[in-house]
Amino acid sequence: MKRHLLALTAVGAVLAQGQAWAQDATAEGIAKYREMLEDGNPAELFEMKGEELWAQKRGPKNATLEQCDLGLGPGVLKGAFVQMPRYFKDTGRVQDLESRLLTCMETLQGFNAEEIRKTPFRRGEMANLTALATYVAAQSKGMRFNLPQAHPQEKLMYEAGKRIFFTRGGTHDFSCASCHGADDKRIRLQDLPNLTKNPGDGIGFAAWPAYRVSNSQMWGMQLRLNDCFRQQRFPEPKFGSDATIALGVYMGVNAKTAESIVPAIKR
Amino acid sequence: MADPMRIRAAAAGDEVTVRVLMSHPMEPGTRKDASGATIPAHFIQDVEATHNGKTVLTALFSGAVSQNPFLSFKFKGGAKGDKVVVKWVDNKGDTRTDEATVA
Amino acid sequence: MKQKLISALLPVTALVLAGCTASPSATDYDKATADILKNSFQDRGIAKVDRLVQDEANRECAAADVAGKPIDEKVAKAIEAANMKTVKWPSDGKFLGDWKEGEKIAQSGRGLTWRDKADDANGGNCYNCHQISKEEISFGTLGPSLYNYGKLRGVTDPNAAASKAIVEYTWGKMYNARAYNACSQMPRAGHKGILNEKQMQHVMALLLDPASPVNK
Repeated sequence: MKRHLLALTAVGAVLAQGQAWAQDATAEGIAKYREMLEDGNPAELFEMKGEELWAQKRGPKNATLEQCDLGLGPGVLKGAFVQMPRYFKDTGRVQDLESRLLTCMETLQGFNAEEIRKTPFRRGEMANLTALATYVAAQSKGMRFNLPQAHPQEKLMYEAGKRIFFTRGGTHDFSCASCHGADDKRIRLQDLPNLTKNPGDGIGFAAWPAYRVSNSQMWGMQLRLNDCFRQQRFPEPKFGSDATIALGVYMGVNAKTAESIVPAIKR
Repeated sequence: MADPMRIRAAAAGDEVTVRVLMSHPMEPGTRKDASGATIPAHFIQDVEATHNGKTVLTALFSGAVSQNPFLSFKFKGGAKGDKVVVKWVDNKGDTRTDEATVA
Repeated sequence: MKQKLISALLPVTALVLAGCTASPSATDYDKATADILKNSFQDRGIAKVDRLVQDEANRECAAADVAGKPIDEKVAKAIEAANMKTVKWPSDGKFLGDWKEGEKIAQSGRGLTWRDKADDANGGNCYNCHQISKEEISFGTLGPSLYNYGKLRGVTDPNAAASKAIVEYTWGKMYNARAYNACSQMPRAGHKGILNEKQMQHVMALLLDPASPVNK
């Protein structure tokens, strides 16, 4: 009798281990697949497109974006992405990469910003904006995040971003923190970075814009946040709104010293 | 003309590794859109790579290859500074040719 | 040009800081945040901006999170009592439905986003956060494992008097998780209209029916 019990326990242990193995094997498989994808990241196609658009004379003013100031002076791209969002004197606002590029498309090239803001992602000028964001962000690849927090508005946006991060709402009472507020959690099999602190190099804020293989789409941070809010059952955030920028400041400041791997590749 | 390819070629001894990223929707012709209508087939069919004018690879792609295909291959007999040219033709007759210098 | 730009953008922050000479207090930041939230969202599909109106529970729990402190004991009890009052027991007196349907509901994450239609059947989103059956390895870890839920609690017959307490707790928890844990991250499936009574009965069966794979 005792031997039977022992045998059963052993079998039970192996079965339980079997499930753990199945999950480890799955995790390993996913990691291998990701490694293979890194070699040929289609994000580079968007980067190339953005590089083209940056130097191309476009819009009613028939001008390039080469004089666009992203915080380090007109046309200075290296290092700009890892210091955004930041305060801009000419607009009197804290702006992230995408809203700042939109400002430049309006002031330098004469595009209608309101129209672009209302254009769905991946269409028309909004698609060009994403390609530009990919290109500009790529110029800071390998550099570490170091958002400025000297200006009172930058500090305010950090505090607002923090509060918004924990704001619970929608039909499901979700906040950003519901998924991203603790270590070592996952939704289904997707690991969730803890965004209340530095989640590590190339993770969270340091991984967008990224190319999503599952739907063959290039996503900037604005689209990433838009889809988060959709799944949280919130109403839709307006493109480049203060709420989205405040969240960028909160995440970016928390990610200080994390290395940017943008443009990244995702499942 | 379609968006440019990104081609990188690197030599190790006389073996050259070429990595190509092609920009293409690669619609198989079997997918349906939101209204139920079939999205027409639009995919790369023929790929040819040449080195100093000599063909080193030909490939026949189908609709089974995913969007923005990534192709990686090796060939012998190349050296730093040589030219590698990649050309694709799709089912609509669209074509794209790009080149890279072996690093 | 500059005028047009500023009016086109959302100068909430500029407005708030205009009157401040000393450094802003927590209350100032709270007010600025409320204004930002109000100006940053728009209706889309079935997701309207009134979804941002917070009830007592959400307001208090968010404030505690921002402060980095656990919620005050008295406030927590008040929230739990208020949420307990919302629990509606099954109208036909039946707590359990069909576990096979329950599994489908647990697997589905559909409904209530701005891409969904008002009359779409909502899913329970359960596997996003919980392990439930042994077979499904694609489960999240945001919530505790529910594998062997009924078995571990000694529920051999869900209709027996001995099981009443557990059955009612499970229904109540599913209907409104905040009735038992003020700041629970679990959506309030019944109270917020995510799942209807029939759907909840099916999920109850998934967890409590001895024939359900969850209890094997």
